[in-house]
Amino acid sequence: MAKTVLSVRDLVVEIPTRWGVLRPVDRVSYDIAAGEILGVVGESGAGKSMTGNAVIGLLDRPAQIAGGEIWLGDTRIDSLRGEPMRKLRGRRIGMIFQDPLTSLNPLLTIGDQLTETILEHLPVTTAEARARAIAGLEEVGIPAARDRIDSYPHEFSGGMRQRVVIALALCAEPELIIADEPTTALDVSVQAQIISLLKRLCRERGVAVMLVTHDMGVIAEAADRVAVMYAGRLAELGPVREVLTRAAHPYTAGLMASTPLASQGRERLRQIPGSMPRLGQLPEGCAFHPRCEIAQDRCRLGPSPHIEDGSGRASCWYPLHNMEKEDA
Amino acid sequence: MLAYVIRRVFQSAIVLLIVGLVAFAMFRFVGDPVDNMLGQERTQADIERLRDRLGLDLPFPVQYWRFLQEAAQGNFGLSYRQGRPVSDILIERAPATLELAAVSGVLALFVGIGLGVFTAIRRRGTAANLIMTVSLIGVSLPTFLIGILLIYLFSVELGWLPSFGRGEVVDLGGWTTGFLTISGLKALILPSITLGLYQMTLIMRLVRTEMLEVLRQDYIRFARARGLRERSVNFRHALKNTLVPVITITGLQLGSIIAFAIITETVFQWPGVGLLFINAIQFVDIPVMAAYLMLISVMFVGINLIVDLLYFAIDPRLRVDRTGGGGK
Repeated sequence: MAKTVLSVRDLVVEIPTRWGVLRPVDRVSYDIAAGEILGVVGESGAGKSMTGNAVIGLLDRPAQIAGGEIWLGDTRIDSLRGEPMRKLRGRRIGMIFQDPLTSLNPLLTIGDQLTETILEHLPVTTAEARARAIAGLEEVGIPAARDRIDSYPHEFSGGMRQRVVIALALCAEPELIIADEPTTALDVSVQAQIISLLKRLCRERGVAVMLVTHDMGVIAEAADRVAVMYAGRLAELGPVREVLTRAAHPYTAGLMASTPLASQGRERLRQIPGSMPRLGQLPEGCAFHPRCEIAQDRCRLGPSPHIEDGSGRASCWYPLHNMEKEDA
Repeated sequence: MLAYVIRRVFQSAIVLLIVGLVAFAMFRFVGDPVDNMLGQERTQADIERLRDRLGLDLPFPVQYWRFLQEAAQGNFGLSYRQGRPVSDILIERAPATLELAAVSGVLALFVGIGLGVFTAIRRRGTAANLIMTVSLIGVSLPTFLIGILLIYLFSVELGWLPSFGRGEVVDLGGWTTGFLTISGLKALILPSITLGLYQMTLIMRLVRTEMLEVLRQDYIRFARARGLRERSVNFRHALKNTLVPVITITGLQLGSIIAFAIITETVFQWPGVGLLFINAIQFVDIPVMAAYLMLISVMFVGINLIVDLLYFAIDPRLRVDRTGGGGK
C-alpha cells in the first residue's frame, strides 16, 4: 500500500447563522494515498466542494472547521492559519478550479502566473523558474510551450486553459491536488483529455488527487476509490468498481440507477423521489431516510451505523449487501 | 491598433469641430461686441471700421472658416475687454490653473486609489467604515462650501494658510510656478484639496466597489490557492484588474477638474483661466469665452484619447491585432 498523503478524520465544517449552526460537512473521514485518485461525488450542496476548501484552508467566512483532524503527511493542517497555511498552499496542496475561463488572471501572461508561483515556493532564480514553467506547460501538453508562455489566457481555448490551470496547480510540485469539478465547464471530448491528463500526472508523479465532481462518468473513468456524500455526510466509500456495480448504500444505488448509460436501452431513467434536504432542515437519524425505499423506524431515530467490509464502508442500517456492522 | 488610434483621433477632430461651431456661434448670437467696445460716443464710421477690422461683416461660413484657421493656430483674436490677444492672456493664466489641477488630480488619484484599496481589503474594519462615512461628506457637499469651510478653519481661525491668491510665484521663461516658493506651496494646499475632494471620494468609492467585485473572482481564489502572498494577491492580481474600469471614470474626472476649477478659483481668487472665464462672462468678452470653451474641449478630448490608449497598455484582451502565440 502506498504512503497515505491526506488523512481526514471526522471533519466537521460549520456555518454559524442567525437561525442556528449549519453543518455542510458532518464527521467525514477518508484517506488518499500517493498516486491514488479519490473521487468525491454528490449532488449540489452535498458538501463535497466544502470538504476540498476545508483541506486547503480556503473556506469562505463564516464557514469554519469546527471539529476533526486533517493530516497532510505528518503535518496536522486543520489548525494552521495565516502564514504557515499560505506556505502550504500551492507548495504541498495544489488546487484546480471548475471554470478555466475565469480562474486565470486575464491581465497577466501565463508565464507571469507560473513563474510567480514557482518563485514563491521554490528556491530558484527567475531564469530557472521560467525554464520550469516551460517544462510544466510541456508536461500538461501545451504545444510549442516556449512560444506560448508569454501569451495571455484569452489566447488559449478552454481545454488549453484548463491544462494551464493544471500546470499552475502542479508547478511547485505539491503532494496533493484538489480538483474541484475540473471538467464540468468543458466540452465532452475535452473532458476526456483532461481526465486522462490528470490520471497520467497522478501515476507519473505519485500525486494524491481528490477529484470532486457530480459526474458519475468522470468518477468511473478516473477514480480509484469513490466517496459518496449526501447532505454533508459520507454515505459510502469504497473502490470504484465495487461501489458502482454493487452499491451498499441505498442512496448510491439510487444515484447509479439515475445515471444514463449509452449501453443501456431507452428505458425511462429512474429517479430518487424528493430532493436533498436543505442544511437547516435535516431530518433526525439518517439524512436520506425520507427518500429511502427501505427505511425502517430505526433509520428515523438515531444516526446510522458505520459498517465496513475489507475495502469499503457505508453508513446504513440496511446495506444492500452484507457488510460487517460496527458500533454506531 | 494603428487603425484604432487613427479612428479615435478622427472622432476627436469631429468633436472639436462641433465645439468650434458652438464657440463661433457665440460671436454671432450673444449680443453685439461692437456696442461694448466703442462705448457711448461712437459714430457710424467707427462702428463700420471696427466691424471691418474684426471681420464681422463677412458671410457666416467665411467667418467660421477664418475662425477655425485662426483657432488652429492658437489665435482667438483680441479680448474685447483688455484689448490684448486672447492667446497671450490664456498663456499667462494657464500655469496657475494647470498647476492647481495637477496637484488636485494627483491628490485625488493617489489618495483615492489608496483609500479605495484599503477600504476594500479591510471592509469590515472600523477605520474603513469611518472613511466610508466621511467620504459621504466629500461626495455630497458642494465645492464652494468645502472651500469656504476650509478657509474659515485654516485661514481665519488657525491662520496657517493663505485664503486667496497663489502666493509668491517664480517666472520660468513665461511659465509662472508656485512650486518653488514656500508661500506658493502653502497657497496651493487649500484650493487643491477643495478642487480634488469630490474626485478623490468618487475615485475611492469606485475603486472600493470594483475591488470588492474583483476580489470575488475565481482567479483571485486561484491565486490564493497557489499560496501567493496577500500583498501580491491584492496589488498584483486584484488592483490591476480593478483599474481597468476605474481609468475611464478617472480620466473624465481629471478633465472635469480643469473645467470645474472655475468655482474653486472664484472662491480662492486663484488667478487662473477659470477666474478669467467668470470675469469674461460678466463683461460678455466673447473671444475669451470662446477660447476657454475650445481649450477645455481640447483637454477633455485629449484626456479621453489618452484614456482609450491606456486601456491598451493595461488590458491585453484589447490588443486584437495580436494573434495567438508569439512573444512580446
